[in-house]
Amino acid sequence: MEVFQLIISGVSQGCVYGLIALGFVLIYKATEMVNFAQGDIMMLGAYVGITFISIWDWPFWWALPATIGVMALVGVVLERLLLRPMIGEPHFAVLMLTIGLGFVLRAIAGAIWGNEPRALPTPYVGEVLELGSAVIGYENIAIIAGTAVLCLCMWLFFRFSRLGIAMQAASQNQLAAFYVGIPVKRMYSLVWALSAAIAGVAGILTAPVSLVDPLIGFVGIKAFAAAIVGGFGSMPGAIIGGLLIGLVEQFAGLYLPPGFSDMSAYVLLLVMLLVRPQGLFATMQKKKV
Amino acid sequence: MSLLRAEEISVHFGGVKAVQQVSFAVEEGEVFSIVGPNGAGKTTIFNLISRIYDVSGGRVWFNGRDITTVPTHKIAQLGIARTFQNTELFEQETVLNNMLIGCHTHRRTNLFSELLFLPGVRKQELQFRRRVEDVIDLLDLQSYREQVIANLPYGVRKMVEIARALCLAPKLLLLDEPSSGLNPEETEDLVFWLEDINQELGITVIMVEHDMNLVSQASDRVMAVADGQLITIGAPQAVQAHPEVLRAYLGD
Repeated sequence: MEVFQLIISGVSQGCVYGLIALGFVLIYKATEMVNFAQGDIMMLGAYVGITFISIWDWPFWWALPATIGVMALVGVVLERLLLRPMIGEPHFAVLMLTIGLGFVLRAIAGAIWGNEPRALPTPYVGEVLELGSAVIGYENIAIIAGTAVLCLCMWLFFRFSRLGIAMQAASQNQLAAFYVGIPVKRMYSLVWALSAAIAGVAGILTAPVSLVDPLIGFVGIKAFAAAIVGGFGSMPGAIIGGLLIGLVEQFAGLYLPPGFSDMSAYVLLLVMLLVRPQGLFATMQKKKV
Repeated sequence: MSLLRAEEISVHFGGVKAVQQVSFAVEEGEVFSIVGPNGAGKTTIFNLISRIYDVSGGRVWFNGRDITTVPTHKIAQLGIARTFQNTELFEQETVLNNMLIGCHTHRRTNLFSELLFLPGVRKQELQFRRRVEDVIDLLDLQSYREQVIANLPYGVRKMVEIARALCLAPKLLLLDEPSSGLNPEETEDLVFWLEDINQELGITVIMVEHDMNLVSQASDRVMAVADGQLITIGAPQAVQAHPEVLRAYLGD
């Protein structure tokens, strides 16, 4: 039963990593930029949720779509103001920009909402589901269910909608996309909107479990590891990579000496890079010249 | 009225004058070739017409409309399709998907009905599939239908790119060196296909081409450029015999 409980908490933590990793992958695939502020965007999402729910007293089910909307808007604004002027600049410059953006977001969050941890009250907070001797918090179930629903929506969107297909096309080949009539730059904005919105959902889902302070965005580093484990170009890979890291962390926490749990994500990453450097779901293609 | 008219178009990249005040007009139903030595500015002229580059001066008119500042992604809707010298395809997708996405420029359904696959969407998809099959028949691509582009030989990829362009149902087709990388047999086939595209489908074609044989067999008129400047426009034989053209190719 202990194992079952570990699996549940590993999977739920892994879902959060996976959702942030999904943001990394979406942006990277479309624009070949790595957004190191992805974790901090999640933090911002959590605070936006807190603002709606505990400061303005909105019902949870209104606050959720509102947060998604606000975060999508944040994504678009970031892309238009900061990232679009960087098209064609060296990767390193973009990297520095997004790392700097992370600092700015943390400072802004600290200034607006303070540095003390805050809780996010949700309709399901504190309740538990007892399955035999296992006790599972509803917030963990919410994370898993929320991630599953989100993944299903994303799959439907990318598989069946014209917009989703256009986004995929724009990320596979810009020139070709232009000449089948796809507004490539608008697709970039939409990709940012989508990954910021997903990060927002991740923020709201994780907030009841971990409390929110301006530094929770640092899980982004583990999510980055998850994205690499998954193949850094594959959306299912990002989720699976996240789940793996979540599970490994939980089990390392139980069976290995203290301290190994926090390290285990990076050990997994190193092992992955040694054994299968292209990641679990290799989709990377070398550009032929 | 000409289908496409370029009025004194120029473009500079820094101090490099890649194209200088070139004017030409392409009539509806024509096959119009652009020839010239390497670096003459042929592809740059293509990129100006198809809006990859902004002109530094001059105007481009298509079908009576000024397209000098139209956004790049609107070009397809206006009825201009193009191919590239080194093929730009969706490499991880099948031939079929590459072609279908060409059709989708003309899709008129919304997100909601697409997710539910309502009858309107289904009807439209069927129509697109039929158009794709017509193009596959025309270009003999039957055996490659379900294959992923990354696994196909270069010559086939070139044809797939033309096929995708045809799926856009364009009025004007821009072909950038369609015969480069093709073997002599494939190039011969290309002459027939060009004829089909031009005469059966009634599509006006502008191509940049090095193979003089292909140019003189397939084109109605030829424009020669060198060093970003227009040398002459005329019938293939006349252009090939033009002293300036000979000098541009062979040197003094």
